[in-house]
Amino acid sequence: MYRYDTYDQTLVDERVAQFRDQMDRYLAGRLGEDEFRPLRLQNGLYIQKHAPMLRIAIPYGMLSSQQLRALAAITRRYDRGYGHFSTRQNLQLNWPALEDVPDILGELAKVQMHAIQTSGNCIRNTTSDQFSGIAKDEIEDPRPWCELIRQWSTLHPEFAYLPRKFKIAVSGAKQDRAAIQVHDIGLRLWHDDNGELKVKVLAGGGLGRTPMIGDVVREDLPWQHLLTYLEACVRVYNQFGRRDNKFKARIKILVKALGIDEYRRRVEAEWAHLKDGPQTLTHAAVDAARAHFPEPERRPVPEQAIEVFDRLRADNRAFARFVTNNVTDHKVPGYKAVTLSLKRREHAPGDVTADQMEAVADLADQYSFGEIRVTHEQNLVLSDVPVDQLEALWQELDSLGMANPTVGTLNDIICCPGGDYCSLANAVSIPIAQALQERFENLDFLYDLGPLDLNISGCMNACGHHHVGHIGILGVDKKGEEYYQVSLGGNSTDDASLGKILGPSFYREDVPDVIEKVLQVYVEQRHDDERFLDTYRRIGLKPFKERVYA
Amino acid sequence: MPDSQLEHAQTLIKLGQPEENTWALSRIDDALPRARPVIVPLSLWLEHSSDGELAPWLPSDTELTGDLAKSLTHAPLIAIDFPAFTDGRGYTLARLLRERHGYQGEIRAIGDVLVDQLYYMSRCGFDALALREDQHLDDALRALGAFSVSYQPGVDVKEALFERRLRESGRS
Ligand code: HEM
Ligand code: SF4
Repeated sequence: MYRYDTYDQTLVDERVAQFRDQMDRYLAGRLGEDEFRPLRLQNGLYIQKHAPMLRIAIPYGMLSSQQLRALAAITRRYDRGYGHFSTRQNLQLNWPALEDVPDILGELAKVQMHAIQTSGNCIRNTTSDQFSGIAKDEIEDPRPWCELIRQWSTLHPEFAYLPRKFKIAVSGAKQDRAAIQVHDIGLRLWHDDNGELKVKVLAGGGLGRTPMIGDVVREDLPWQHLLTYLEACVRVYNQFGRRDNKFKARIKILVKALGIDEYRRRVEAEWAHLKDGPQTLTHAAVDAARAHFPEPERRPVPEQAIEVFDRLRADNRAFARFVTNNVTDHKVPGYKAVTLSLKRREHAPGDVTADQMEAVADLADQYSFGEIRVTHEQNLVLSDVPVDQLEALWQELDSLGMANPTVGTLNDIICCPGGDYCSLANAVSIPIAQALQERFENLDFLYDLGPLDLNISGCMNACGHHHVGHIGILGVDKKGEEYYQVSLGGNSTDDASLGKILGPSFYREDVPDVIEKVLQVYVEQRHDDERFLDTYRRIGLKPFKERVYA
Repeated sequence: MPDSQLEHAQTLIKLGQPEENTWALSRIDDALPRARPVIVPLSLWLEHSSDGELAPWLPSDTELTGDLAKSLTHAPLIAIDFPAFTDGRGYTLARLLRERHGYQGEIRAIGDVLVDQLYYMSRCGFDALALREDQHLDDALRALGAFSVSYQPGVDVKEALFERRLRESGRS
């Protein structure tokens, strides 16, 4: 994983000192509320319903066990002993005291972490595939590229006051696990016929109140030009993006207004000047970035251990379930990646207590080279577990309540904080997730349904990605009452699509029944192993609509 | 036009040091003030650009075409307006003037210019910062020196940090 050198450390230390000075001026009344706002936002601090919230960056989802322990200690000392993993590979603290934030940032800097640009109208934390570096279908490890982008975008002097927030995601595998089509810029690393690394650049995707799928700006950018090209893309946005209306300020609106061809023309014209400039990458620069992500020293796993694992899987139903849903194949035979479910009925999706963080850190040290990854589905991953230790790990996870064998199923709900925490909400969302988890807790039923993304947002800002859930639920407000709109057919991976609204919205109590009817239609109509999404795409909205509104 | 409508920035930082401001500023589009030297709207300056004691200010939505950049080369200084401190277009304008069009004269930030923007402004090529009236000079000078290292090249530093690292470790 990336380790800071003295330059990185100096920069985050100076950032903490700068923010401390800004906070002092704010508390002393020398800095007004409006003027302080972008400064605190760009340090991850925003003010919510009950209290300030602090969003801590976990760059492209990579954490060390030492960092996770430090986060646990911070939540105990400065918050209420838990944190919330968000859909953008960040950790949110829900209850820090405003004046403690400089100290919290100071504690983070000690373990090479920060909250820089996790909020505000700037380039945000770059996100990526949680299986980077170990995925079987990987073409190019995106982490070194993400790190290069992190450095390029951190305190970029020209882009701290963009029209609106700007999010970049990178995928380097055959399957897109980073939702690159719904980001302001999505990057896909691929090899051409000569084995040369190229970057496909998408722009203008995004969720929120005007959801859109990104358009291709450039199919085959040579890797050397990644940073100069990004600079051109963002510069055109900075100059021409709308600033008169906050809801029309995202790059997606600009790309739509200009058309992708005109946006591309402007980017290329800008890039013609930047190309081959001082940010052009060299083999040496990329090799230096790659050197931060070496293969861990994996021991050979004996053939026989693989056989033992296969046998256990055949014999033990509970273990088999866990393996089917929570264990992912690894590029190295004998190793697996294990997803730890953060979805339990007792907690909001993505919430983890300090005790659990410490326990996971210990497990990471014991089973997976001391590294943890955070997923945009709000789970954690141990990426390098030898198969002969899987059973032991599974049992330990079970005793921690993190072995819920439901990753990727209907129960693995993505959910925003909603009305319980968020002042923008139309409706609560966490209680909906909990009611659904309660209704559909029968494991046999969940397996039978297969992969199913159910996403919930408490308002049209779409923090819970409801547009790209196979089933999406959106809280709406009608004359001060909470209602829920259901949509079907969204998808965030390769063949990304936005869900279509089923029809008039529902009362909160009715949501589980509605979802049950939708699932009945699927179960009745599916062919063989057809996924929910594929059945929906084949038969369309109508049969679902007829059943639900019958 | 009555010169009473002129603005006159009290706190100017030039090349990182406080400096007395000699330039008045007019935001009136259709009348040339009598005072000299004075910064006037771009459109007005373009009509009177032979007067060496006039300088233009650019609105943040200025599209910097090649022709415009060419006529700006002999301006004694170029001011860029920040109508609101959250309007980030001026940063791009300053960089383009310096890096693309090679403008060597003073580039001055005017308008909603606050202490906490100065560091980024100086990296983008502003060498004169006319602070909004309520800003404190000592805060400003401290804020300018907030960072001793940066990842990206800018108008101040010509080398990306990744290149500097390679150079210092003898790998480039
Ligand atoms: C609790 C207070 C929160 C507030 C007030 C809030 C507010 C917002 C707003 C206003 C947007 C839309 C911005 C736009 O479209 O330009 C947004 C988008 C988003 N939020 Fe939140 N949010 C909150 C919490 C969260 C949390 C906890 C997560 C993660 C689980 C999250 C994840 C996202 C994501 C992923 C988007 C992006 C959708 C997109 O534009 O592509 N938010 N949020
Ligand atoms: S989707 Fe709406 S309710 Fe949910 S966190 Fe975002 S802004 Fe709040």
